[in-house]
Amino acid sequence: MSSQPHAPAHESAHNTHHGHSHGHEAAHGTFGSYVTGFILSVILTAIPFWLVMGNVLDSKALTATIIMALAVVQIVVHMIYFLHMNSKSEGGWTMLALIFTIIIVVIALSGSLWVMHHLNTNMMPMNPEMMKNMP
Amino acid sequence: MFTNTNLMEFIFGRLSWDSLAFTHEPIILVTFLGVCVGGIAVLGALTYFRLWGYLWKEWFTSVDHKKIGIMYVILSLIMLLRGFADALMMRTQQAIAFGANEGYLPPHHYDQVFTAHGVIMIFFFAMPIVTGVMNFVVPLQIGARDVSFPFLNNFSFWMTAAGAVIIMLSLFVGEFARTGWLAYPPLSGADYSPGVGVDYYIWGLQVAGVGTTLSGINLIATIVKMRAPGMTMMKMPIFTWTSLCTNVLIVASFPILTATLVLLTLDRYVGTNFFTNDLGGNPMMYVNLIWIWGHPEVYILILPAFGIFSEIVSTFSGKRLFGYASMVYATVVITILSYLVWLHHFFTMGSGASVNAFFGITTMIISIPTGAKMFNWLFTMYRGRIRYEVPMYWTIGFMVTFVIGGMTGVMLAVPPADFVLHNSLFLIAHFHNVIIGGVVFGLLAGVNFWFPKAFGYKLDPFWGKMSFWFWLVGFYFAFMPLYVLGLMGVTRRVNHFEDPSLQIWFVIAAFGAVLIALGIGSFIIQLVVSFFKREELRDTTGDPWNARTLEWSTSSPPPEYNFAFTPVVHDHDSWYDMKKRGYVRPLEGFKPIHMPKNTGTGVILSALSVGFAFGMIWYMWWLAALSFLAILVVSIAHTFNYKRDYYIPAETVVATEAARTKQLAEQA
Repeated sequence: MSSQPHAPAHESAHNTHHGHSHGHEAAHGTFGSYVTGFILSVILTAIPFWLVMGNVLDSKALTATIIMALAVVQIVVHMIYFLHMNSKSEGGWTMLALIFTIIIVVIALSGSLWVMHHLNTNMMPMNPEMMKNMP
Repeated sequence: MFTNTNLMEFIFGRLSWDSLAFTHEPIILVTFLGVCVGGIAVLGALTYFRLWGYLWKEWFTSVDHKKIGIMYVILSLIMLLRGFADALMMRTQQAIAFGANEGYLPPHHYDQVFTAHGVIMIFFFAMPIVTGVMNFVVPLQIGARDVSFPFLNNFSFWMTAAGAVIIMLSLFVGEFARTGWLAYPPLSGADYSPGVGVDYYIWGLQVAGVGTTLSGINLIATIVKMRAPGMTMMKMPIFTWTSLCTNVLIVASFPILTATLVLLTLDRYVGTNFFTNDLGGNPMMYVNLIWIWGHPEVYILILPAFGIFSEIVSTFSGKRLFGYASMVYATVVITILSYLVWLHHFFTMGSGASVNAFFGITTMIISIPTGAKMFNWLFTMYRGRIRYEVPMYWTIGFMVTFVIGGMTGVMLAVPPADFVLHNSLFLIAHFHNVIIGGVVFGLLAGVNFWFPKAFGYKLDPFWGKMSFWFWLVGFYFAFMPLYVLGLMGVTRRVNHFEDPSLQIWFVIAAFGAVLIALGIGSFIIQLVVSFFKREELRDTTGDPWNARTLEWSTSSPPPEYNFAFTPVVHDHDSWYDMKKRGYVRPLEGFKPIHMPKNTGTGVILSALSVGFAFGMIWYMWWLAALSFLAILVVSIAHTFNYKRDYYIPAETVVATEAARTKQLAEQA
């Protein structure tokens, strides 16, 4: 067998992974899971609107933080209920890609904030009028 | 004649007779006439030999990854000539423009030349040639018949070509950016660059960026999903590994470039203030964002070159690659680390000591996996039976040159040293040292290595060696003087000098550029000579170098379907393993083969994109709107095309394989 790696028996095996079979490995959601996802997303969208339009909290910073946190939860809800991501789909590649994406996004965001914070601190104090007349 | 200026403005936007650069620039007029004569000659020859139908059916609309790969490489070589012409102009200008002599390039023209040189060499020479070689080699190396999304591949190529067309248009219609290759604001903002130059830059890159990103997605899917049975991740050829990492970098980093350029576009077109100095904008944010893309970009270019060298060293030393696993881990570590170093491009912008120290250290850490790779190649050669063929020449030239470039890179990574060297010619010498010594040498080695696979005959070794020596010696003549000048404090992007004592160094550098021109010339002669000597150089075995990976198990050039039967992999270097086990080529049992069908949609979408970009650049809103609408319509219409595959009949496969059997028998 090992001297015959081109053995015809593998032809069928090849066809299934040739990209025309549109791999049905990824899990499909049930009606229930879609409804759960939908309701959760609606709630997670409604709360920020309520917070802003009803002037519920006094502190703007706190409101912004809560909205950002809810946005992160919203992303997770979409990934689980609509994109059907879990640690096993596509043989773990989905999870790996997600982890890589998170690493890159965290690096880019936290790095940029750190760098821009430093630049901001080290700049000469300036009022907007001076800023406008800078070259 | 036309009195209604509003109508004229509606139709032509900013475009007027004066925008045609050749009407007032003698250099461009001569170039334009040359291009017209050459272009008419080529078009005439194509018509005379009735090649249009052949080109359209067999190449332009082809979804065959091999043909698309070859088209990428041809595009990149054409753009190399353009980018190199810019380099020669700059070297000549700097060699003569001292004291009273102003040279022949006024600042506004010189600035366009160095911007065009950088943009073309990175985006339209290095990127297409890397993508082209990956496209050609990866599916063959993993035993697949095509990439995962064959139409997307064709579309990606044509979008890259559309970007190149947009950049080339700027030479004759209007002007190009005068901002340097990364177009930093506020200089690239609407206030300081009101013309069309920066808009050409933005739309050229955005259109080509679509192609690059999609081709990255395509190759990742191909490598992850379409490997031959038995080829686990740790049995993949090293070039496939480096391609995988490069494409991951492409997919992760190009969206950042796209987003940054979109913000710059909004600043320029609708008056937002992301990167302006007032109203809360911050140009430093642009520099920060563009380098979050820009640093991974250099690894996008160099990783495949590392992969090519690994394949070549192992093949021509007749040994398995030393430290395969460490090579894989080094590649993956570089992939991650390349996202942690971007600030070293702007140490001097004013971050504090802790930020600079962090990014300085991460930058130095990257040299560790790179050094590990260097030792792996050395140990592969150690006690190997080395055959000094042309690809091996390039590899050894690379190892020496790249180490020098790497060491000057570590020097630049030290923040205090960078404050002295930042934006000096030392930096220019450094990155040309790693890009020419690494990427260009690597890709030229790769072209020499895989040419027989692509065309069925080897490249002429004599002219290959001529090309190598001219490139190598020319490189040292051209860039070592720039290290010296940089240490003396000469900055980049200057078109005239006062101090006559500097002139000799620029003259030496110009001489080096001429040697490199001879190197490029020798490469073209090599292609021509090899074509005429093709019967003599013919490769009938499919394995001219006694190589080790699967692409050499099929014929040269491979049949449309690559492999009549999907190979089964048992070990690293699977073709070497098959040869060692006394592999017998199957002669019967062929079946019809399912293949994707050619389509012209990619060409059409790319042409519409050029129209859209041209409309946006010149404010011809009707053209932009119509082209954009047409892009949507064509894309949607394409989804209704259900006739996208066909079967190669078993008889054709039998005939093709019988011809190969005969060829092999004759040669044995």
